[in-house]
Amino acid sequence: MGSTSAQNDGGLGRRDVIKRSAALGLVGIPAVSFLSACASGGGSDDTTKPSKAKTTAKNPLGVNATSPLDFVIFDGGFGTEYAKDANVLYNKAFPKAKVTLTATQKIQTQLQPRFNGGTPPDLIDNSGAEQMDMGVLVGQKQLADLTALMDAPSYDDPSKKVRDTLRPGVLEMGQFNGKPMYVMNYAYTVYGVWYSQTALDRFDAQYPENWDDMLALCAKAKKKGVAGWTYAGKYPYYVPFSLFPFIGKIGGREVLDAIDNLEPNCWKAPAVKAAFEAYYELYAKGYILKGTPGLDHIQSQTAWTQYKALFIPNGSWVENEAAKTTPKDFQMKVSAPSSLDSSDKMPFGTIWAAGGEPYIVPAKAKNPLGGMEQLRIMLSEGSSRNFTQKVKSLSSFNGGTDGLTLTSALQSGVDALTKAGPNVLNPRLQDWYVDLEKQKIGVGALGEMMAGRMTPAECVKKCQEFSDAAAKDSSITHYKHQ
Amino acid sequence: MQHGKYRFIVGFLIVPLALYAIFVIWPFIQSIYYSFTNWTGLSPQFSVTGLDNYQRMMHDPTFWASLRHSVIYVLVLPVVVLAIALFLSFMLNVGGRRKKGAAVSGVQGAPFYKIVYFFPQVLSIAIVALLFQFLYNPDSGALNAFLSAIGLGSVQPEWLGDPGLALWCVMAVLMWSQVGFFVVLFSAGMSSIPKDFYEAALLDGAGRATTFFRITLPLLWDTVQSGWVYMGVLALGAESFAVTQIMTVGPGGPADSTNVLSLYVYQKAFRDGQAGYATAIGVALLIVTLLFAGGVLRLGRRERLEY
Repeated sequence: MGSTSAQNDGGLGRRDVIKRSAALGLVGIPAVSFLSACASGGGSDDTTKPSKAKTTAKNPLGVNATSPLDFVIFDGGFGTEYAKDANVLYNKAFPKAKVTLTATQKIQTQLQPRFNGGTPPDLIDNSGAEQMDMGVLVGQKQLADLTALMDAPSYDDPSKKVRDTLRPGVLEMGQFNGKPMYVMNYAYTVYGVWYSQTALDRFDAQYPENWDDMLALCAKAKKKGVAGWTYAGKYPYYVPFSLFPFIGKIGGREVLDAIDNLEPNCWKAPAVKAAFEAYYELYAKGYILKGTPGLDHIQSQTAWTQYKALFIPNGSWVENEAAKTTPKDFQMKVSAPSSLDSSDKMPFGTIWAAGGEPYIVPAKAKNPLGGMEQLRIMLSEGSSRNFTQKVKSLSSFNGGTDGLTLTSALQSGVDALTKAGPNVLNPRLQDWYVDLEKQKIGVGALGEMMAGRMTPAECVKKCQEFSDAAAKDSSITHYKHQ
Repeated sequence: MQHGKYRFIVGFLIVPLALYAIFVIWPFIQSIYYSFTNWTGLSPQFSVTGLDNYQRMMHDPTFWASLRHSVIYVLVLPVVVLAIALFLSFMLNVGGRRKKGAAVSGVQGAPFYKIVYFFPQVLSIAIVALLFQFLYNPDSGALNAFLSAIGLGSVQPEWLGDPGLALWCVMAVLMWSQVGFFVVLFSAGMSSIPKDFYEAALLDGAGRATTFFRITLPLLWDTVQSGWVYMGVLALGAESFAVTQIMTVGPGGPADSTNVLSLYVYQKAFRDGQAGYATAIGVALLIVTLLFAGGVLRLGRRERLEY
């Protein structure tokens, strides 16, 4: 029996009991085949979908009027008010349907078990820090095809399809490898160089349309103790918000497409190196606010609204996010990146604008048509105006801003889009390869270069290495521009 | 008397054992199993891919960086934190000037210090991390302001933005927040050491250092050892995750200079949708933890002193 106890009457020692109980606990381990049933808690395919109702002019998708609608929304910068208003409209159309709106900041924590169990909600605003990886969801066939919604007549004008009422790039952003549309980005973000007109007025300057003017203005500001630029040093993947469209403007759309496609030598394009060198010059000449590499997005935005720096690469959410620290007379504006020189492939005004706030309908939802109908309602002019008024952001619905009094930042976004016309770029790296964009290229290369710890040439090399590694990595799904 | 002994013992232990098996052992086994699959964490479908995840891990520079930092944490943090805590608690309990009639006493104001040292423990680690982030802010933080104030305006480190400093900045925060707990733990241990020992030592003319190394530390050894394991687990697990996630560039940067295994597991599972790979990293973390705990228990084995 091997008792280790001091008693020699064959009693059990404490150690023995522990050993044996552990053994007992392990006896019940069943075969691995049984284990695999654990991750999948259900996932049976015979989910009872509500019968499709007849399609009518009022109900073009054929939503079952009595099926409940289960809607989960990310409760972030945009709040939930606009969705509640859309719920009311949904209930007007289907009074018998019970609509539940769940607001959360922990999308993945809340929904992961529901996806694994095969009982996801009907509509999800998949956003925020806990955003579920779209590439993975698509690759695992967890998302419903939204083509039916795109082809449905739009809410305001039955002669137009929903797909024809969207802003540029929104449709493509919802597609993966040209496959059907899976993601409906509801908000519309303008990325670029953000500045305060008030701050520029102090230097009698307009936004510098080419790089020489940019450097001259930074030099002027430096003499007055104002930095030219700051950025979210803690999250250097903010730098691409103005750097990527700058690269696209210098070398043309195809340079960015090649980068998205992870093509060999895509980072070695001359346009990339030229853009890196221009940005590195900001560091080398001391035009970047001291300490920037240690600032997070809020701290850098605060320094910017305190007039400590003139320019910051950002997206249109910054207006809402920095509202608390923004002086009344700040006149926040956004501009497309400056030209490098006259040989740029694209004109000044070329801008990065893209859908944000991605809405998805899970493939295994109980009422997917209801989810799509709710989106159709949200993409109406009325809902879109309501959204813009409430959260100070454009929506993906093309229009809906006429006659609204817009804030300076929002107005400058609309103007920037008008000026850009067809020259809207949409780099996809941040949607397709989160780890590559944020951790590797953002933090590992651009952040290091902007902090002066890496030369532009080294940075190009590093980006290329990261890109090649991602292209070779068989554990991630790869996407290509179609 | 042997008859039915097992049934008797198992009968009493069945409920806790079952709970332990279901909630501790079972998830462990499940995780190890998932580390051999390509489960994304976002869908119930996955297939067994054998050692793929482990092979990938071997060639993943971020994994090695995280492992290196976790090992640094577990080797450095417990030793430093325990040393500081032992010194402080010795000063609070034994190290003071002797008052009349007492063999040993702490320094002036010891009860007050005990409470103050415990303050950081009351704050949630997330709040501590945020506070230190303000302190480390290179643009308007207290540290750089202090440096300017004492005439070191030219020395303005970027603290968390500097790959050479960031890891140590994060470690300093963990030290600050954990020392207080161990001061209280060791104080409790020291107060149970009989005063006669100290009196005897004093009669023999022992100084403070001798008293500490010959009496206090040996009698406190059990507490120190469990504190060591506990601090190691904290350094590998939740606490290091929280401060790295909240404070550092990226998080985990600049350029992977602060990533730790616990954060990397989280990133792979909840950011990149690679739960299978994340559990493989989790298994590596488990191995490091077990090695550490085993090492400490083996190194720290001494005769038990009865007093």
